Formats: sequence, C-alpha cells, structure tokens
Amino acid sequence: MKQFAELFMNLDRTNKTNAKVELMKNYFLSASDEDKMWALTLFTGRRPSFKVNRTMVKEWAAAVANIPMWLFQESYQSVGDLGETISLILPRNGAEDSDKSLTEWFHYLGMLPKMTDEEKHDHILQAWSQLSQHETFVFNKLLMGSFRIGVSQTLVVRALAEATSTDPSVVAHRVMGNWDPSTTNFKNLILDEGENDHASRPYPFFLAYPIEGDVSNLGNPEDWFVEWKWDGIRSQIIYRNNELFIWTRGEELSTDKFPELHFLSSVLPNGTVLDGEIVSYLDSKPMPFNVLQTRIGRKNLSKKVMEEAPVAFLAYDIMEVDGRDIRSLTQFQRRAELEKVYQSLPEQGIFNLSPLVSFTQWSELHDLHPTSRENIAEGFMIKRKGGTYQVGRKKGDWWKWKIDPLSIDAVLIYAQKGSGRRAELFTDYTFAVWGEDGKLVPFAKAYSGLTDVEIGQVDYFIKRNVLEKFGPVRTVKPELVFEIGFEGINESSRHKSGIAVRFPRILRWRKDKKAAEADTLENLKGILEVYK
Amino acid sequence: MPKQPLLQFTGKSIYCAQADVHIDPWIPVDRAIITHAHSDHARWGSKHYLAHKDSEAILRLRLGSDISLQTVEYGDKFVINGVTFSLHPAGHIIGSAQIRVEYQGEVWVASGDYKLEDDGFAVPFEPVKCNVFITESTFGLPIYKWQPQKEIFSEIDNWFAQNKKEDKASILMGYSLGKMQRILKGIQLPDEPIYAHGAIYILNEKLREAGHDLPELTLVTKDTDKKLFRGALVLAPPSVDSSTWIRKFNPYSLGYCSGWMALRGAKNRRAVDQGFILSDHVDWPDLNTAVVESGAEKVYVTHGYTSIFSRWLNENGVEAGEVTTMYGGEEEAEGLGQGEDGERTKEGGKGLIG
Repeated sequence: MKQFAELFMNLDRTNKTNAKVELMKNYFLSASDEDKMWALTLFTGRRPSFKVNRTMVKEWAAAVANIPMWLFQESYQSVGDLGETISLILPRNGAEDSDKSLTEWFHYLGMLPKMTDEEKHDHILQAWSQLSQHETFVFNKLLMGSFRIGVSQTLVVRALAEATSTDPSVVAHRVMGNWDPSTTNFKNLILDEGENDHASRPYPFFLAYPIEGDVSNLGNPEDWFVEWKWDGIRSQIIYRNNELFIWTRGEELSTDKFPELHFLSSVLPNGTVLDGEIVSYLDSKPMPFNVLQTRIGRKNLSKKVMEEAPVAFLAYDIMEVDGRDIRSLTQFQRRAELEKVYQSLPEQGIFNLSPLVSFTQWSELHDLHPTSRENIAEGFMIKRKGGTYQVGRKKGDWWKWKIDPLSIDAVLIYAQKGSGRRAELFTDYTFAVWGEDGKLVPFAKAYSGLTDVEIGQVDYFIKRNVLEKFGPVRTVKPELVFEIGFEGINESSRHKSGIAVRFPRILRWRKDKKAAEADTLENLKGILEVYK
Repeated sequence: MPKQPLLQFTGKSIYCAQADVHIDPWIPVDRAIITHAHSDHARWGSKHYLAHKDSEAILRLRLGSDISLQTVEYGDKFVINGVTFSLHPAGHIIGSAQIRVEYQGEVWVASGDYKLEDDGFAVPFEPVKCNVFITESTFGLPIYKWQPQKEIFSEIDNWFAQNKKEDKASILMGYSLGKMQRILKGIQLPDEPIYAHGAIYILNEKLREAGHDLPELTLVTKDTDKKLFRGALVLAPPSVDSSTWIRKFNPYSLGYCSGWMALRGAKNRRAVDQGFILSDHVDWPDLNTAVVESGAEKVYVTHGYTSIFSRWLNENGVEAGEVTTMYGGEEEAEGLGQGEDGERTKEGGKGLIG
C-alpha cells in the first residue's frame, strides 16, 4: 500500500504527461503481479463497491477525531474531498506502519459487504489506525469507491506497454472489456497472447481531432470521406460466438439498454465488430439528443419510453469481419466491407449506414456546414480514405469539424465553492438572463471554461459581493457577464426559465458588458424556437 | 454609563480609547503599536510607531527610514494615560509580539499572528495570562495539524539532494519575512552559494546588518551565469512561479513552503513539484492550547476561520466572539500578486463575508 499511495501522491502532484507515464511504468515494473492487477483496475476507472454508508463513515471519523459533526462538515467544505478530510482529522499516533499490500487491503475491504454495521465500524477503524495520512486517504478512496486519478487511459496503456514491451494498441485492447481483478491475473490479461481474449472485448475507439484551420488545408477533396457528425452515443456493436455486445464510448457495456438492436444477433455474421452512433430515430430521421436523453440512465425501459424515444444505429466503420481484425485496412476498404455487411441484411430501418456527404469542392462543404443543425448533426466528420483505424485520439486521419455552440450572454447570480483542486474557490456558477418583468431568471449552471487566473478574479469578486447565503450557495451581486455556450436547447418544466440547455459552459468573460446588456429570456426562447 | 471595553474593534484597527493607541491600524493614526512587520499588520502613514526592537530594521525598510519609531524589549512596561502596555514573544516571525494591555486590573492580550513551535530564529511564543485573548484563526480547522518542523526540514533536505543529483536547481518558495529565515535556520546548508531573489536578499542583508546570525546569500541578477544554478538552492518569494524570472533556472524543481500545502487541492492549484507543509501560524491543536494557556474568560477570534473557531470555543465552554478585521482579508488581493504573509490569501475573504 505504501508503494501505491506514493504512486498516487506523485501522480497527483505532476501535470507533466511524461512524468506520469514514467511513474506508472516504474510501478508496473516493480509491483507484484497481484498489486499491478488492482492498480490497473483503478487506473482503468473500475471501482469495486464495498457497500459502506458514507454518512456512517463520516460519523465514525468525527467520533474518532473527537469533533462534532458540524465541524466535520466545515472541514469537508474546506478540503472538498471526503476521503482526504477524514485522513486529515484522524489523530496520528505515530505507530502507523502497516506493510499490507494493495491486494491485501482489497481483500480486507472485500470482507465488508458481509459485515454488520458494528463489525464494519471496528474493521474500518482498525485500518485507519494502521495507515499513515496518505495511505488513509487512498484507503478511504477505495473504501468509498471514489478513486479517481488524473491519468487518461491512453497514458496508462502507454506506461503498461513500455513496462511490458508490448505494442500499445495490443495493450489498449487487452485492458478493455469485462474483466474482474479477483478472477483474472495480470499474466493472462496483459501478457498472454491471442485466443483467450474475451469474446466481449471491444476495440479501443478511434477518436477524431478538431480540425485546425480551414478544411481546404486538407488537400485534395478526393482523398477524403465526409459524413455528418451525429449527436448520439458513440457505440461499438460486437457479435462474436453467437453473442451480441453493445459498448459505449465511456467503456460501458450497455447491451441491455438498447433492446431495439438485439435483432442484430440473428442477422449479423459471426465475428463482426461495428463502430457507429446510436441515435434516437423516427420516420427515417435522427432526432435531437434531447430525445435520447430521456431514456439514458433509466433502470427500467418501459414500453412508453421506448415508443417516445426509439433508437437506431448509424454505422460508419467496421473493425472485424469473420473474426478477423481489419483495422489495418484503409478507410476506403473498410467502408466497402461495411456496405457489404449492410447489404446482406434484411430491410429493417434500425441498422443504417451513416451516409457519405457527396462533394467535389471544399467550398461545397462550407455551404453545407451551416445546415448541420437542421440535419440534427453537430457538423462534419472528415476521414482520410487511405487511413487505418487507430487507437485513441490521433491526429491526421480523422477530423471533426463542429458547428459553433449556441450561445447567450448571461449574468452570474449564484456561486458555490468547488471541490478537489478547486475547493475553497467559488467555481460553480449559476447564470441568469433578464425576464420580462425585469428580473433575472436563472437558466444554467456552468463550471468549466475559465482560466485559473480568471477563476481567481471571479472568486475575488464573489467574496466581496455576497448578498445572501443559503447553505453553501451565495447570492452574488449581479454584475459579471459571461458568454455561455451550449450544444442543445429544449423546453423544460423543471426549470424556472422553462428552458433546459445541454452542456452549458463558459465561452468567455464579457468584461466589456454590463449586467443590463446581458441577453433576455426572450432571446433564449428565440433560440429554442429555431432549434428545438 | 456602561464601561467601554478596553480594546475595541473598529474595523480599521484594534483601538484602546483610554490610551488613544491603535494596534496594527490600517489607517494613519497618531500612535500605533505594531505586532509584527508583515504588510497586513504594519501599515504606512501613522505619526508614531512602537514595536519590538527586532522589527526595527524591517519596519524602516518598508515604511520609510524616517518614520517616528520607538522600540522596546519583550516585557518592558510603559504606561499611557493609566494603561500599562507590554510586548511579549509571539513566535510568528522575528520581532513579532503579543500586545498585553492592562487597565484597572483587567488584562487584554492582542496576539497578532503567532505559533507555538520554536522556529530557531524568532523568540519563541510565551503564553500570557489575561482576561480577554484576541487570537488569529488562519488555520482554525481540525484538518490542520503540523508535523514537527524537523520532519519538514528533512523533506526539504532530501528534495534538494535529489535535485542536485539530477543537476536541477531547487527553487524554494516561501514568504520572504519569517519563512525564509526559519528555513535557513532549519535545513542543512550547502557549502556552495545559496541564491536568492531580490526581495529575500535585501531582507536577509538588513537582518544581518542588525546583528542576526544568518548565512550570506547570493543575489540573483540578470548577469548571473545560468550554469551556476545547476544543482543550486534558490530562495524565492511565492509570487515568482507565475513570472518570467523563474525561466532562467531551467531545469529546476519548484518547492513551496506553506501551511496551505496540507491540502491536495491547494497544492495542485499552485502546480508546484513539491509542497512542504510549513507554517508560521498555529495549527488546530496549538490554537486550542494557546487559548487554554491564556486563561482567558473571553476570546475574540479574528482573521481566518473566525465563525467556526468561535463556535467551537463557545461549545467548549469558552465565551468567544468573532471579529472582522482587515488582517489577512486584504491579503487576498495582494495574494494574487505580491502578497507578503499571503498564507491567508485563500480564506481571508471569509471575514468580510461572514
């Protein structure tokens, strides 16, 4: 655990990519295979659950530290992270020197789900008394299933590939899918070649880069395919060993969420892997993401939900044909393979090809691009006909040319402190536009989009211009104006403004504008009329 | 007529009406007693100043060599209109003092900023019995518990040795006044020259001139040969990490000594390579110890986590009230640039809001 806690603290401290890779590589070279497996579990975003009640854990910690709950909460507010807060308030007796490994701690935690609350209490307190502050912090993150670390999957893969002298694309493929650290070992997962790779295992998605400069810089238009960029859920459909698996971009196995697509298991040839977008679809036309959103995250897909938000799959790539990995074929060849599969299927209207946009001059694309929203698309995808299917976000062969977000100038009216890196700073804002009665109507919350310097300045302003407190929320003098961008807009009965925007974010701080010059609810409704 | 309190919080100073004396005023006044020379306590423009003698060199450097300044030793008593004043060690930085104020048998202590651990340079804190104790609360939350400084110094020593091995400069940031002298007293000093930013260099020179035992530092100028920084120790104020000054030291590792480094969030926000948890303010356990040892029946909590610490005291049988002062608060503004005792930069605003 010492070694892992140290790795975590070191990773946490640096924001240099190479240093992170080096740290992880060293860990993968020196830790035991068992520990590596658990580390990999955490680094790939898998968070085992141990069924503990966070409120109880808080109370136990406050009791050990001999402080009242309100003071615990105040401390938590300042730290912004529960596991860290507990690690800081617990008394240190100087005798913390457990040499249990990461794996042993996972086994220790694994005993929790079957325990009574009293046993859990003793079990957890005993762990705290053996661990140093940093170790306690990491332990708490494991305990509460809140372990997050600032390394991307790509970096983990790179470190692992370097440590095991394996091709990164092979490693990337092997760490994906459905494996369980308690039943899989490191050797089987990462080092063993070939066939025991699980049938469900997806390929790492190839991701596009935003286009740089004008599209005409890409050279000869004939070398490129262009498709609409669909606003749905990026998905991979796998049919192997007579079993169908649907993976989404967040590396989530979501087969059950899309019953409409289950018929594919009776029509696709065995050993097929497709890449595309799941969109809501009605009358042979995609519908806005809003519609799809109504069924995401639902535990029970009722008949009504499925009727109101039916889905379809828009396929644009194929990575496996007859069980053969064809990612090294060109885009052109893969498109031909994809069309072959499509044509072999019966007419059904649910599995569709993402059509190619025909054009001969880049200027035609310039003319078409502004019509993206009417086509329920977010812009164009531009793919090099000669390119292979690569791993992760790579520059050169896949470009996305997105439309500008919708935007509106709004006034900052409420603020709340952030958490983690931004604890103690007011970083969570609510924005409002002017209603008909001359009052500000809140319509969106947004966090990201400001630089650290700007965050500091806004924080400074907020701390000096608080009008009221409601718990952690501060009402701020309406003075600062920001341009808020969003991807979609819809009617909403849940919001005071009657409007819900999708992916709101701060585009820039309009220091040139006074609050009175911000947009109105009328303006916002105007956008709704055009784009809903 | 109800008796007026011996010390009052005017928002611009801690004021003794009976003696017409202000403690750490933020506005120009006739007579000011200064607890210590940090810029949020020692302000420009007053007619007459009084401070501990070890504060003199710095006060003259910062407020002007021609200010009217009277200095005293710790424990010296002086009487103004029947009020007896004396200064007692606060252990915060060199020359820092708690101000004891006594009138008709009632004793108040304004402690300014303080810490209990002996830092090897400032005269260590001495508890002063009083009826009313005015305390800071910069780190007044139970999450702040300092390790013994020798552990932190050995962390710094190890970091420096490692950088030296890698032929990198070790840039160590910390407040020029207080933190830097403490570091120079605590770490293992290299045989080679120690480089310093101008702000630290000049303070070090002034303190050496005043007879304090501090090592000689080498000023970094734009003509200093960059090769000399390889493997060297460079002392810098906390503002340099966002400046171009720092570029000439490449390759370097950046360390920062501050109590705020106890939190991951603060550490990551500063984007330093190494955070050293070293503060010249009391941590939570020592804050509680200081209150108990003062024997005070009533405590006023100033700059920091005022409402939280006063509630804690009230719940634990010590009558306490929170007070809004300008100390720390304004530091937030300075903290964005060149704040001196900017340890409070983050929480400082709270006093103004709360």
